[in-house]
Amino acid sequence: MALTKFNYNSFDLTTAASKGLAFNSNANGFETSSAGSMTLIKTLTASSSSTLSFLNGSDSVVFDSTYPVYLFKYINVHPATNAATFTFQVDTGTNTNYNTTVTSTSFLSQHDEGDSATSLAYNAAKDQAQGTSFHVLSNEIGNGNDECGNGEIYFFNPSSTTFVKHWIARALSYQSDDYIQDRFFAGYFNTTTALTRVQFKMSSGNIDAGTIKLYGIKDS
Amino acid sequence: MALSKVNFNSMNVTPAASKAIKFNSSNNGLETGDIGGSLVLISTTTASNSSAVNFTSGIDSTYKEYIFKFINIHPVTDNVYFQMNFSADSGSNYNVAKTTTHFNAYHGEDGSGGSLAYATGNDLAQGTGVKYLTGSGLGNGNDESVSGSMHLFNPSSTTFVKHFFSNVSYYYFANEMGNTFTAGYGNTTSAIDAVQFTMSSGNIDSGTIKLYGVS
Repeated sequence: MALTKFNYNSFDLTTAASKGLAFNSNANGFETSSAGSMTLIKTLTASSSSTLSFLNGSDSVVFDSTYPVYLFKYINVHPATNAATFTFQVDTGTNTNYNTTVTSTSFLSQHDEGDSATSLAYNAAKDQAQGTSFHVLSNEIGNGNDECGNGEIYFFNPSSTTFVKHWIARALSYQSDDYIQDRFFAGYFNTTTALTRVQFKMSSGNIDAGTIKLYGIKDS
Repeated sequence: MALSKVNFNSMNVTPAASKAIKFNSSNNGLETGDIGGSLVLISTTTASNSSAVNFTSGIDSTYKEYIFKFINIHPVTDNVYFQMNFSADSGSNYNVAKTTTHFNAYHGEDGSGGSLAYATGNDLAQGTGVKYLTGSGLGNGNDESVSGSMHLFNPSSTTFVKHFFSNVSYYYFANEMGNTFTAGYGNTTSAIDAVQFTMSSGNIDSGTIKLYGVS
């Protein structure tokens, strides 16, 4: 018996290039559908981890010219050590030094549970001027059971060999002194070499728990 | 000869409205689901002289992050706040304790008032009341509204507090642009399973709020 397969034009709808096949809103016919512009690339979950690293071309990670914009989201990042700061750095090629030169801005808004202090200010201690250190994200996270950090970082065209590599981050922390800290960072890694990897770690001790997700965002 | 095409109910899968047909996780059959795309629309609510817009379903452990998008939210009453609260009992009570920040940037249409400042009166320190998402003075002129978003991280966690952040752009009733940044945490280890949006006075005349999950 011959094996019969459905061809692209065997379905009861008008074909459309690069679209998916879906049921319509009444579930009584087919329609074409788009896949959306934001694609999950990789999820890493910490478990008493010293570092979490995303390496282009390794373990299904894509961090190259496939997407013009990449977005990292970190969720419920919990330090093993009290008041540890969640940080990140990048590197190029096969280098694993994670010491790429960065210039950045830093400001924060904060407020404590006791309602004793608020602030909105530039925080020069958390920016870098051609520095090569790991960059602060969620600051001094408490290690109480319910304390953690959350946030996101956008990377723009990290594979460019023409431009520096801009990034923008917003980082929340349940700070160890019972503050909510809402931190805003932006910067550029001052290199025209393509970035190939991003590493996250605590300033002290391990990442006890937490999830980091890498997304690619299409421009068309 | 008649042209035969595969009809919607000819596939070995139960049809589901607006869902795609894809291979299952074992790659040995078909199933319905969302194809690609990590920003998944869960629901849309359109206000129409509404006292409140409540999201009491769709906020669970399915996603680690939820995003609410506010589009042209227009108040009935002039000079009000657009505000929210969380519920840990499916919407019976909106009273989760929150510690939050709040700051605004303003600039007038006439070039006056360029400013950036923390607003101590608009934050919360373990307060259970509403959290303002705008600064004061959302206008109710025909062309005046607020738009923006609010991100809520892992609301179903029974281990961690519930961080959120928001950024909105709004029309201040005295013809100024207002840009409000808020953040905080719902200080509970109970799951947050409902979110309510209201005005500080009067109803929400019109506007759309969309809830997305980030997969």
